[in-house]
Amino acid sequence: MAVKQIVMGLNGDEAVAYAIKQVDPDVVAAYPITPQTIIVERFSEYVANGEVHTEFVAVESEHSALSACVGAAAAGARAFTATAANGLALMWEILYIAASCRLPIVMAIVNRALSAPINIHCDHSDAMGARDSGWIQIFCENSQEAYDSTIQAWRIAEHPDVQLPVMVCLDGFVLSHTLENVMTLPNDIVKKFVGERKFVTVKNHFGKEVPLILDPENPITIGPLDLYDFYFEHKMQQIDAMGKAPKVIEEIGKEYGELSGRTYGLVHPYKLEDAEIAIVGLGSTMGTAKIVVDKLREKGVKAGLLRVRAFRPFPVRQIVENLKDKKAIGVLDRAASFGAYGGPLFNEVRNVFYDQDIRPLISNYIYGLGGRDMPPQRLMTIFEDLQKIAETRRIEKTVKYIGVRG
Amino acid sequence: MSEIRTLKDLAQKPDLLMSGHRLCAGCAAGIIARLALKATRGPTIVTNATGCLEVATTIFPYSSWKVPWIHNAFENAAATASGIEAAFRAMKRINKGPLAKYEHVDVMVFAGDGGTYDIGFQSLSGAFERGHDFLYILYDNEAYMNTGIQRSGSTPRCAWTTTSPAGTVIPGKREWKKPIARIAAEHEIPYVATASPAYPMDLVKKVRKGLEVEGPAFVHVLSPCTRGWRYPPEKTIKIAKLAVETCFFPLWEAEFKNGEIVYTLSAPSERIARKPELKKPIEEYLKLQGRFSHLFRPKRREDLINEIQQWVDREWKLILKRCGKL
Repeated sequence: MAVKQIVMGLNGDEAVAYAIKQVDPDVVAAYPITPQTIIVERFSEYVANGEVHTEFVAVESEHSALSACVGAAAAGARAFTATAANGLALMWEILYIAASCRLPIVMAIVNRALSAPINIHCDHSDAMGARDSGWIQIFCENSQEAYDSTIQAWRIAEHPDVQLPVMVCLDGFVLSHTLENVMTLPNDIVKKFVGERKFVTVKNHFGKEVPLILDPENPITIGPLDLYDFYFEHKMQQIDAMGKAPKVIEEIGKEYGELSGRTYGLVHPYKLEDAEIAIVGLGSTMGTAKIVVDKLREKGVKAGLLRVRAFRPFPVRQIVENLKDKKAIGVLDRAASFGAYGGPLFNEVRNVFYDQDIRPLISNYIYGLGGRDMPPQRLMTIFEDLQKIAETRRIEKTVKYIGVRG
Repeated sequence: MSEIRTLKDLAQKPDLLMSGHRLCAGCAAGIIARLALKATRGPTIVTNATGCLEVATTIFPYSSWKVPWIHNAFENAAATASGIEAAFRAMKRINKGPLAKYEHVDVMVFAGDGGTYDIGFQSLSGAFERGHDFLYILYDNEAYMNTGIQRSGSTPRCAWTTTSPAGTVIPGKREWKKPIARIAAEHEIPYVATASPAYPMDLVKKVRKGLEVEGPAFVHVLSPCTRGWRYPPEKTIKIAKLAVETCFFPLWEAEFKNGEIVYTLSAPSERIARKPELKKPIEEYLKLQGRFSHLFRPKRREDLINEIQQWVDREWKLILKRCGKL
C-alpha cells in the first residue's frame, strides 16, 4: 500500500533539489553550470533557511566539487554534487577516482551538449563520456523519475555489494526547466527509506578489520600507489561490484515501488510484448515516443519501445529478453561517437545480440545533438523506417542522422 | 604546545610516519612529514597530493601512515581537505556520523611545489577563500621531482632541470621563484609561515600553530632534494640551513589579526636582521648544488650569480620591510 503523497509543481532540477533536501546529506559541494544551476540555487535556499544540516561547499570549480565530495565521502559523509556538460568533463579525472575508491557519492547530471561550439541544450555527450568511469548511470524519463531516482540512488550506491557512485541523468531544459506535477513522499518516509549510511569493512595495513572510512581511531590508507602486482585485482573488484549492481537496482526500485506506487527497473518496456518493431533509447525522448507508439497502435501497427533506465550497468539480459523476438529495432542515440560505427547505445545493444541465434535487424538513429528537438513527427519517421526494414528484411543504411540538414 | 619544548620532548613523541618507506636517502620530504606529524594534537586526517611523498610512502599493500590518509589526485588536495572538514562540521552539527564522536579532528595536507604553485593553485586559493579549518603543508623541492626533475613555478632562476636545461644559449630556468607564501598571506588567512627542516623546533612549533588557529593555515617548508638539486644525500640539512643563512629562504610568520597581515621574522632570520654581517653570500648556497654548476663551470658566470644575489637582496629587503625591520 503506497503512502499518502503530496503533489508539487516542480521542474526537474527542483525535483532533484527537493529530493536532496529530504535526504539531507552531510555535504553538498557544487558549482553553477546551466542547466544544472537551479539545483544548487534551490539547495542553497534550504541551507540558508536551516532546513537541512548539510555543509554546502560552494567550490571554485567542478573539479573541486567532486574532489571535495571524495574527501567528504571518504570521511564517512553522505556527499552530493550536480553538474552538466563541460562541468562533468572537468570532473573526468575524479570520476574514476571516486568510483575506484568505492565512494557512494550521488551526482545529478543535467544532460547538456559538450563544447565546442558552446551550447547549453540537451544531448547525452556529457554522460556518454563518463560511461567507462565506474559510475552507475540512471537516465530519467521525467521529473518524477528524477525525484524518485535521486532518493533511490543512495540506497544503490551504499549497498554493501555495490559501493559505487551513482549518476542520476536528466535531460537539460526538456526536464530541468519544465514544470511538472511531481508526487513527493513525506520527509519521514524518505528518511526511513534511505536510512543511515552504513560502512563496509576492510583490513587495514596493521591487519585490523576496520570500516572503510577515514577514522583517526582506525587509520587506513586510501588511494595509495598500486602497481602491476595488485592494480588489476582492484579493478576486478570494481567489475564485480558493477556486476552485482543490476540486482540491487531492481530490488531498490521494487521496494520504492511498494512505498510510492512507482516501481523502477533497469529497463522500462512500453507496449512491447506483441510488438514487431521497437525503438530503444534513453531519457525524456522515450516519453514522447510513447505517444507515437499509441498513435501507431491506433492504426494497427505493432509498435513498442524499450527505455533503458540503467545504462551502467548495462542490462544485457533484460535487453535480450525484451527485444529478441522483434523484427526491427531502432536504437536512438543522443550522442555521437566520432569515428565509431554508430552511437554508444546502438553499439552496446547490437553487441548483446551477437550471441543470439535469432537476431533482430538493428539500426541506429542519431538525433537531437545540441538540443535539436525530437517532436512526435520525427519519431514517426523512424518507426516508418523500421516498418520498411521489417517488411523488406533489409537495412539500407545502418547509421542514420535524424533531423539534420543535408 | 606545552608538551614539546625541547628536541628531547620531540623525540619522545610517537612517530606517525613509519620507517620502511621508499623515499630517497637524504630526502627532506620524509623528515618534514615526520616532524610535522609530531606536532599533531589529537585526531588528525591527512590528505596528500600526488608526488614523491605520496608514492614513496604508500606502495600497496604497505603504508607508512599511522593516521588516516587519503590521496585523491595531484591538483585537488585543498579541495579534498575542504570535503573532509565539511564532513566533520556537518556530523558535529547533528552529532551523528562516524566523526561525531571526536571533539575535534585536524585536517592536514601535504603537497609538493607542483601540486601547490602550479596545478593545485586554484583549488588551494578556493579553499583559502572559503575559510576551511585546515593546515596545508607545502614541501617545496623546487621542481617536479616525482616525474624526474622538471621545472615548476617554484624552481629558482638559473636552476637546471630536465625541462629547463642549462644550454649553450639559455642558462637554466629563465623565471624567478613565485612568492607563494606571500600570495597565501594575501588571502588574509589566519596563519602563514615559512619553515625549514634545518630548524626542527621552529618547524614543529609552526605546524602546531597552524593546526591551532581556526581557519586555513599554510606552512611553506623548503625541502632540499638530493636527486634534483644534485648534491650528496648527507648535505640535505646543511643546504636547508644555508638557504636560510643566505636569506634565499627567510623564515617568518604572517598572522591576520584585526584586519591586518602582521609579519614576524623567526629567530634564525631575526638574528641576521639584527646582525646583517651574518648574511652569507648566495654563492655559498649555489656552489654546493649541481643544478647551479653551470654558473661556475666551464666559465664562471659572474653576471648570473650577481643577478641571483640581487634577487635575494630584494626579496630579503621586502620581508624585512613587511616585518617592520626597515
